[in-house]
Amino acid sequence: MIPYLVRRLLGTVPVFLLITLLVFLLLHAAPGDPAALLLSDATSEADVIEARQRWGLDQPLHIQYWKFLAAAVTGDLGKSFRLAQPVSELIAVRLPATIELATFSILIAVTLAIPLGVWAGAKPNSWVDNLGTSFGLFGISMPNFWLGIMLILLLAGSFHILPSAGRSTYGIAGSQETGFYLLENALQGNWPAVKDALMYMAMPAFALGANMIGILMRVTRSSVLEVMHEEYVVTARAKGVAEQGVLWRHVLSNALIPIITVVGLELGTLLSGSIIVETVFAWPGMGSLLITGVTSRDYPLIMGLVLMYTVAFVTINLVIDALYGIIDPRIRY
Amino acid sequence: MESLTQESATSRSPAAPDTGRHNGLAWLRPWMRVKVYVGGFIVMILVVVGIVGPLIAPHNPNAQQLRLTLQAPQWFGSSHFLGTDNLGRDVLSRIIYGARVSLLVALAVVVISGCVGVTLGAVSGYFGGKVDFAIQKLVEVMWAFPPLLLAIAILAFLGQGLFNLILALVAQRWIQYCRVVRGQALSLRTRDFVTATRALGASDSAIIWRHILPNLMQISMVIGTFAMASAIISEASLSFLGLGVPPDIPTWGTMLADGRIYISTAWWLALFPGLCIFFTVLGINLLGDALRDILDPRLKRAGSSI
Repeated sequence: MIPYLVRRLLGTVPVFLLITLLVFLLLHAAPGDPAALLLSDATSEADVIEARQRWGLDQPLHIQYWKFLAAAVTGDLGKSFRLAQPVSELIAVRLPATIELATFSILIAVTLAIPLGVWAGAKPNSWVDNLGTSFGLFGISMPNFWLGIMLILLLAGSFHILPSAGRSTYGIAGSQETGFYLLENALQGNWPAVKDALMYMAMPAFALGANMIGILMRVTRSSVLEVMHEEYVVTARAKGVAEQGVLWRHVLSNALIPIITVVGLELGTLLSGSIIVETVFAWPGMGSLLITGVTSRDYPLIMGLVLMYTVAFVTINLVIDALYGIIDPRIRY
Repeated sequence: MESLTQESATSRSPAAPDTGRHNGLAWLRPWMRVKVYVGGFIVMILVVVGIVGPLIAPHNPNAQQLRLTLQAPQWFGSSHFLGTDNLGRDVLSRIIYGARVSLLVALAVVVISGCVGVTLGAVSGYFGGKVDFAIQKLVEVMWAFPPLLLAIAILAFLGQGLFNLILALVAQRWIQYCRVVRGQALSLRTRDFVTATRALGASDSAIIWRHILPNLMQISMVIGTFAMASAIISEASLSFLGLGVPPDIPTWGTMLADGRIYISTAWWLALFPGLCIFFTVLGINLLGDALRDILDPRLKRAGSSI
């Protein structure tokens, strides 16, 4: 398995090169001169030329690309046009918030969707199945940002149960050194702060996960439905394993492969969904940073974030591939 | 992993429903019939509204009435059934015009990505070798971007506009077609009828056009239906983020962006456009589900991901 993973890892190198090239070319296809965009209208012609030299914009495209690549490999993604801070620092501050939100949504999705899917798949065409399937279809058809807005309208606006935006109440959140509020405060036993963080996270995480709940439920259902009639399930029943045991131990563990595949695929959707959901809930993560960058045409920031998201996505897919071998010992690479 | 999914895809082929019987939809399971009726009904309304929109819209969607801003919906005694927005524009009229934009953009995206994806997939699978390698590398690179992120990047760098929006949405959506079609083309090219046609002296392009592509129509239709649903959501998302069509064209996504700002005072601004997106996507997904089960039960996992 290790040689396989090493091969996969090496295989991602050309993909990354092509991705950076694509993003780089997109940047240069953008209308308008970045130097002119960045400097005020009052700047003299000589100053613009000087600035172009300073930023290396006067060099041939392939040299600019090479410099960008060499810097990116060392973690230097350039400086933000507008915020005048290194892009890598800006991302590092925002990254934990996005990871926390995404992880929490996946947890919600998995704990809701898999039991529902197993239940529906075990009793095909029953009322449970039809209800579950319709619920799944609703989840898939719901635009996450609209669900977010409706949740705000109901739970924050009408019933005042949950806060509508942000990540923590000023003064309650204890230590925020690592940026992982929930984990950090739980480890320190600061329960009021944990509760506060959970309250803020509940709505965005659900809005983000709803889509995944729908898809995961459908896949679990169809996967369970298929496994239900395999011989080892019949054998397990015949030797007297209780129905619950059959379902959870024999059926689900064998139905997991397609489920894991879909979780992996959906993580990409989740990542891009988080961009929008973060904007809706003013969640201080990478997504809202990206949209700020886009609206202010902060090209280095956009490039850095696009690369960051892509690296994350490719890495996740690698991990998922490695998981197959652990979950299903029959798979050999 | 490739071989694993292919293997499981072929091993899972429950008996195909007998489409030969011609007694309407009676042979479908009752639940499936509900899907066809509800989905069909929603899509039909949508298409009708999209076509006759300007005739039935009570107001000009961009006419501002600054004395009538943020009027709540009123069923009687007012011509603003669904209320007005922050500039006094009629919400219902904007929703009706928005339907046209959503449908047209989604349709253009689906048709273009279908053409690109099916062609590249058929070429890739039929010829194999270097052509296949190049096309599959392209697929791999495009697929490495989380969905929608590439679209955001394209619009961020190239700027807003209808053309760029369609380009941004097509950028990844053709891949789904390409992958499925390639797999099919790979198996089709070894089939006897293709070998026979080649023996008769048919050129490669003739074989692809007359014999391979027609066999890929059903699958493409199913993928297209799901792609349509996802294109509508993506278009709305991008418009919501302010990256879609220019602001003077009313779309459901931009209406929601306004609605979010006035969420605490004017609930109707966010509710109605969102309901429209939801029901539209639901209707198309219902039809897609039914279509998939009718045409090809093996496609269980082909749709719904982007």
